[in-house]
Amino acid sequence: MHEETVYDALTNAHDDAGHWAFGTGFDDPLAGVDTTVPDGVDPADLGAYCLMLGDDALVLAQRLTQWITAAPELEEEVAIGNTGLDLLGQARLLLARAGSVGVLGRSRSLATASIPDEDALAYFRDADEFRCTGLVAAENGDFGQTMVRLLVASTVRLAVFARLRGSRDPVLAAIAAKGVHELAYHRDHAARWVLRLGDGTAESHRRAQAGVDAVWPHLADLFTATDVEARLAAAGVAVDPADVRGEVRDVLTTVLQRATLRVPGWPADVAPRGRAGVHGPELTDLLAPLQGLARQHPAATW
Amino acid sequence: MSAPTLDRPAAGSPDEAALQRQFEATIAADHRIEPRDWMPEGYRRTLVRQIAQHAHSEIIGMQPEGDWLLAAPSLRRKAVLLAKVQDEAGHGMYLYSAAETLGADRADLTDKLIERRQKYSSIFNYPTLTYADVGVIGWLVDGAAICNQVPLCRSSYGPYARAMIRVCKEESFHQRQGYELLMTMMRGTPEQRAMVQDAVDRWWWPSLMMFGPPDDDSPNTAQSMAWGIKRHTNDELRQRFVDMTVPQAQVLGVTLPDPDLALDESTGRWRFGAIDWSELQRVISGDGPCNDERIARRRAARDDNAWVTEAATAYAEKHRVH
Repeated sequence: MHEETVYDALTNAHDDAGHWAFGTGFDDPLAGVDTTVPDGVDPADLGAYCLMLGDDALVLAQRLTQWITAAPELEEEVAIGNTGLDLLGQARLLLARAGSVGVLGRSRSLATASIPDEDALAYFRDADEFRCTGLVAAENGDFGQTMVRLLVASTVRLAVFARLRGSRDPVLAAIAAKGVHELAYHRDHAARWVLRLGDGTAESHRRAQAGVDAVWPHLADLFTATDVEARLAAAGVAVDPADVRGEVRDVLTTVLQRATLRVPGWPADVAPRGRAGVHGPELTDLLAPLQGLARQHPAATW
Repeated sequence: MSAPTLDRPAAGSPDEAALQRQFEATIAADHRIEPRDWMPEGYRRTLVRQIAQHAHSEIIGMQPEGDWLLAAPSLRRKAVLLAKVQDEAGHGMYLYSAAETLGADRADLTDKLIERRQKYSSIFNYPTLTYADVGVIGWLVDGAAICNQVPLCRSSYGPYARAMIRVCKEESFHQRQGYELLMTMMRGTPEQRAMVQDAVDRWWWPSLMMFGPPDDDSPNTAQSMAWGIKRHTNDELRQRFVDMTVPQAQVLGVTLPDPDLALDESTGRWRFGAIDWSELQRVISGDGPCNDERIARRRAARDDNAWVTEAATAYAEKHRVH
């Protein structure tokens, strides 16, 4: 095709999926993957766990997307967009996995049949059915607080995914193997910003410290296993979040100290809140624009 | 005392005349002018203005579609749109870099945009009212941009031409994605089909205006074509766009909002109705529906985050490897 006819060929090319960046139809993200549930594992547990990890990714992607067209530099627009895309990709796989083992709740009856499971779960659950942590649901704050939160969230998620690569569930293991490379980049990107801001100007230091102080209380809600996580960890499928606490603490302490920031006292663990569906109004506020259009046209496919 | 500038002989000197001849010979041979080559100041100024305007358009163009990023109706559509908006930031970066090879400075160009001393494509001053607008922007706005930009891959200025090759490839993906969204919506519910038609009604005429004023009212065209900065006139490109778009509208099943649109059997080209240029003038002069909002958001991104940029500069200074 001559380059100047690229526009002309638009209507001729729509039968040829190979010409399209994302294909012409909806592709099952788990196509070709062995989705058998490992022996001795309750599919309801597996699906619930996928929702926890998937909702964290979806909600953090939505938070990061709030920065698009508002970031400090064009390079940062690209980096934040990239991080959001990676997380969105992880969310789609994990929600599809939850759907594939039948964990759909009310969402399936609210969404029309042609809507894929990942969208039924993302768009047709209410806030109390989400299983994300308070860390990712919290408001962005300024750029400093956003980067501190990204540092904490990607440090925790990288530690979990690194271990999940050995999961007995082949789907989780595959998602984790792909995700660790993405998360290592996210953590590095956020850590570099925390260094620059902590050790930059007096104002950036003050703001970065305020960001740390605002994010830190969310650590309390991250490391206590839910019953689902405890059962799946015992079965070699999931990671007990308590197992990553030490690594997370080491990484965060190292970065903050190098950034000349004060490391606040580590908050005491509390019983799971976000993982149990207990959220503040900020999650409802975040979901309203995310879900509004899809819910307004429940019979539509996009 | 400043050093003598060896590469800029005084205007009218014998050296300049020789350089001018060499420049003209390069253009005549359809070869590329590169950053270190001598070039007339008018050529440099025209290119900086055009490339900066293009870069600004990419960056401001993130906003109308970006408004739907948080509300995209499926995760796949959200990913497609986020990737597209991210590409636009990337295009802005290439283009500002191309302008910097001509001696411009990105931060200074951004200031000029925010102070409204430089323009961006007025198409981005229209609001995106429904999700169909995302598809129509891909189909018509990116389609018009492709018609404008593909010839620029042969621009006489090397860095611009090379940037445009990559930009056009990505725009072509965006356009296909937009068209595919519209196809999907046209196969959907009656409400979705109505949304698509409504969006086409609103974006058709502004898209035709993207090619700029008619040739007999385009004072810079002749010089830009002589310099190889521009390859076709505004009216030629506009006609090409109409001819390509009408069959696509038929396949899609939408009506283009122009009662005068008719095929000229003798030429095989589509005749179209008169464009309301006063509308374009109104939007260009800053009276469009979203001009203030677009600039205000760009200004906020700069000003609200100035402390971040200052911190990064201070950190780099402290940790510079000597």
